[in-house]
Amino acid sequence: MSTPLRTGRVSEPRAVRWLITAIALGFVGLFLVVPLVAVFAQAFAKGFEAYRIAIVEPDTLAALKLTLLAASVAVPLNVVFGVAAGWAIGKFQFRGRHLLLTLIDLPFAVSPVISGLVFVLLFGRRGWLGPWLIDHGFQIVFAVPGIILATIFVSFPFVAREVIPIMEAVGTEEEEAARVLGAGGFQLFYRVTLPNIKWGLLYGIILANARAMGEFGAVSVVSGHIRGVTNTLPLHVEILYNEYNAQAAFAVASLLGCLAIVTLILKTIVETRVDRSGRRPAHETIEGMPWESKSAV
Amino acid sequence: MSIRAQRRVLPGFGLTMGITVLYLSLIVLIPLATLPARTMTMSWAAFRETITDPRVVASYRLSLGASLVAAAVNAVFGALVAWVLARYSFPGRRLVDALIDLPFALPTAVAGIVLTTLYAPTGWLGAPLADRGINVAFTPLGVTVALIFTGLPFVVRTLQPVIEDLDPELEEAATSLGGSRADVLLRIVFPNLFPAWLTGFALAFARAIGEYGSVVFISGNMPMRTEISPLLIVTKLEQYDYAGATAIAVVMLIISFVLLLAINGLQSWARRRVAP
Repeated sequence: MSTPLRTGRVSEPRAVRWLITAIALGFVGLFLVVPLVAVFAQAFAKGFEAYRIAIVEPDTLAALKLTLLAASVAVPLNVVFGVAAGWAIGKFQFRGRHLLLTLIDLPFAVSPVISGLVFVLLFGRRGWLGPWLIDHGFQIVFAVPGIILATIFVSFPFVAREVIPIMEAVGTEEEEAARVLGAGGFQLFYRVTLPNIKWGLLYGIILANARAMGEFGAVSVVSGHIRGVTNTLPLHVEILYNEYNAQAAFAVASLLGCLAIVTLILKTIVETRVDRSGRRPAHETIEGMPWESKSAV
Repeated sequence: MSIRAQRRVLPGFGLTMGITVLYLSLIVLIPLATLPARTMTMSWAAFRETITDPRVVASYRLSLGASLVAAAVNAVFGALVAWVLARYSFPGRRLVDALIDLPFALPTAVAGIVLTTLYAPTGWLGAPLADRGINVAFTPLGVTVALIFTGLPFVVRTLQPVIEDLDPELEEAATSLGGSRADVLLRIVFPNLFPAWLTGFALAFARAIGEYGSVVFISGNMPMRTEISPLLIVTKLEQYDYAGATAIAVVMLIISFVLLLAINGLQSWARRRVAP
């Protein structure tokens, strides 16, 4: 991405270059720029006052609070896991290491709907643990804990898959030296390891946060759609839209649109840092694949 | 998985490994294991009846067909975008580059409602198309449009680094030996990009099959016509038909894993080809 362009002598004729660029930019414009602009255009279609009313409405604020709550639980937990996994998998060799890497990617491999489904099968009224838990007063699915669980699940691999390859690429020499010089475990991590992984860690957090705040399918399945109680921002967008209140739906959606823009900006800034630290080539991750591409499967 | 380690200087292997395995099991492995476990409790006849129900079969056909078309469109245009971003300089290139990841960053529900509004018969893009007799929203074409949006970054982000890493000397050598530009592109550049291109296509395809949020709004969800498989899972769940939902999910999961294996195979093929 940040590699200098090769404006070599060998290239296509000027007319062909222009044509290809025009087609590519036309495609990007049609499929990316127009939808992004339309979100904000629709949000302000009835003026600023209507926009403000849609945002400060109590159900919207409750949804915003729940979205922030879910992300603020899911992201730190996934950071702790990601750093632990990075240390164990990146710094040590053991059997089953490859299997472990594959298992960590599993949440990317399943449909969001299936991610929600498994929690309903576990904790639902007719699930495995659900009846017992509900009898004892613990409602997981169709309540806030279910939303948090689903959010943790879908944002699970992001930090780990950024941190593991960096820990691996940095190697163990610096830590070993610090160890020999008498550094304790915590000191070792804080003074030696953390400075090396900080940009990759931040990159993972940005991606995990975007997914945690924006998840729709998995959260939708476990939520039960109770207004003001189990509604996250994306679910609130859906409810408003299905109530034919398109302007309010787009007003709320514009908040998520801002989240997306901020994510893209931070991502671009941090990406150059990750590249520049020279620990890995641009876009490379565990399997040598670009960002999130595994999420695909 | 036996964890046998040599003598280590670094501390903390036991602790971090413990956290990793425990958290992975609690959040991912145990929940996912409920899926095959639940299937085991179903009779084979009941399982087969669910997954061969015409409505379910129609949903598989739509999910697979629309995903395939969307991935193919992305394969063509995504390749052009990757080429332009990697090779040409033009004003705003960095902005376009950053924008490519929008489908990853924009929540799917937002993508869903905005695409529906744009392509509805009264929308910015839907109205001129409707005048020409093309309906997009609430048709299989609409499903495909939504899947093109979600899949766009995969082909671009898979191809772009490979194009950037292509050694320009290869092309220069071929040109100086008298190859025309078209010859060089077809015989030198394309074969080098082919594995990554196919991988990007497969990734976009695989992602599209499971996609839910961006599709449910624009599809209109008419049984037999515009109902995707993930939506059927949700519908079954809302009727408390856990067994039915699980059966459909298991079939989807099998398709996903077959694709995952294919993609892993493609990636190791690509690595072997790139390696000197």
